Amino acid sequence: MAVGKEIKTQIASIKNTQKITSAMEMVAASKMKKAQNRMLASRPYSEKISKVIGHLTYAHSEFEHPYMKEAGDVKRVGIIIVSSDRGLCGGLNTNLFRSLLKQVADYQAKGIEVDICTIGKKATAFFKNLGLNIKSVLTDLGDTPHFDDLLGTVKVMLDAYDEGEIQQLSVAYNRFENTMTQVPTVAQLVPMVAGEVDDMDHHWDYIYEPDAEEALNALLVRYIEALVYQGLVENIACEQSSRMISMKSATDNAGDMVQELELVYNKARQAAITQEISEIVSGASAV
Amino acid sequence: MSTIHVDVVSATESLYSGEANCVFAPGSTGELGIYPKHVALLSTLKPGEVRVETDKGVESIYVSGGIVEVQPNVVTIFSDTAIRAHDLDESKALEAKQRAEEAMADSDNGHDVGTTQAALAEAMAQLQMISKMRGKKL
Repeated sequence: MAVGKEIKTQIASIKNTQKITSAMEMVAASKMKKAQNRMLASRPYSEKISKVIGHLTYAHSEFEHPYMKEAGDVKRVGIIIVSSDRGLCGGLNTNLFRSLLKQVADYQAKGIEVDICTIGKKATAFFKNLGLNIKSVLTDLGDTPHFDDLLGTVKVMLDAYDEGEIQQLSVAYNRFENTMTQVPTVAQLVPMVAGEVDDMDHHWDYIYEPDAEEALNALLVRYIEALVYQGLVENIACEQSSRMISMKSATDNAGDMVQELELVYNKARQAAITQEISEIVSGASAV
Repeated sequence: MSTIHVDVVSATESLYSGEANCVFAPGSTGELGIYPKHVALLSTLKPGEVRVETDKGVESIYVSGGIVEVQPNVVTIFSDTAIRAHDLDESKALEAKQRAEEAMADSDNGHDVGTTQAALAEAMAQLQMISKMRGKKL
């Protein structure tokens, strides 16, 4: 029937889209489980290392590592931004970028410059348009990032800190609260913020091997890498769950649209039939 | 006999967690034997075997370097998953920098999907703002 040809095509195309979104939802759901497990598996390391750092802030070490000293005047800060490589995951990246932009604006209002390091294609594309100074980039990590992948990227920023180019370094990522909520988070890496440890007030210090500088350096670099890695795996878990939810709602919306369009189509068809009958009837009565 | 709590963790998983009679770890300046009430110690590790001796037997874990922290009742061993060497890290850092330069360089490339999407999102936001100011829904 000639009637409603356009509507029919539209319904068909929406149905195709629906198929894609529901497939993506299912893929994201299965990946989410794995990503969450990975996130949970890497938690003990970062929790334990944070605890040791907590102890360390209470140890009365003769050697004071630069990462633990409060930098005097902050003129330039570094931010490591963790984002996803792919889109179609709801407002995940946008929410993070929005909260970051506010912070960057705050810094700039105070005359502090911002250097950034981007992980993931989305952050790279977004921040290079803003004209901020990108110091290092890491993309195409896939769903299973390796600890090794991060080393270079983090080193660039730590080197900049060592050389006094930047006086503060933070990491920005989406913290995984639960499947429904992801919280954009900015955490300061260096100089380190002292953790809370009770029962550590008496005067004591570690025995360091081979020496204080080397042991502390190894520990602190690993601590920072562990935090960034943790941010990265949390962000991946967030990405998958956020994609699952947004694809679910896209599938639902497509269903609603198809229903509405079918109603319109049926009405048009009925109207056409009624018209045809009345034409036949009036034609017959004229004979 | 008193025991000491031992945790062996790597960045991707927890390798061992439990009570032990004593622990042996390959410290960078020599093999470390750690018994309960050991003095606080922080040492780097070289690749080798960590042995955890419990009442049930000996647990042996390979570490490719890392760090050990000893508190009187807790031993935490951080195992490296990555192979670390100074020049290796250096070359990785260089790669990361290079990628940054490439990303900055092709910012004029209009064919890049990410860039186009970012531009589109910006335009959408502007349109929404305009329609809001006009008091109409887009």
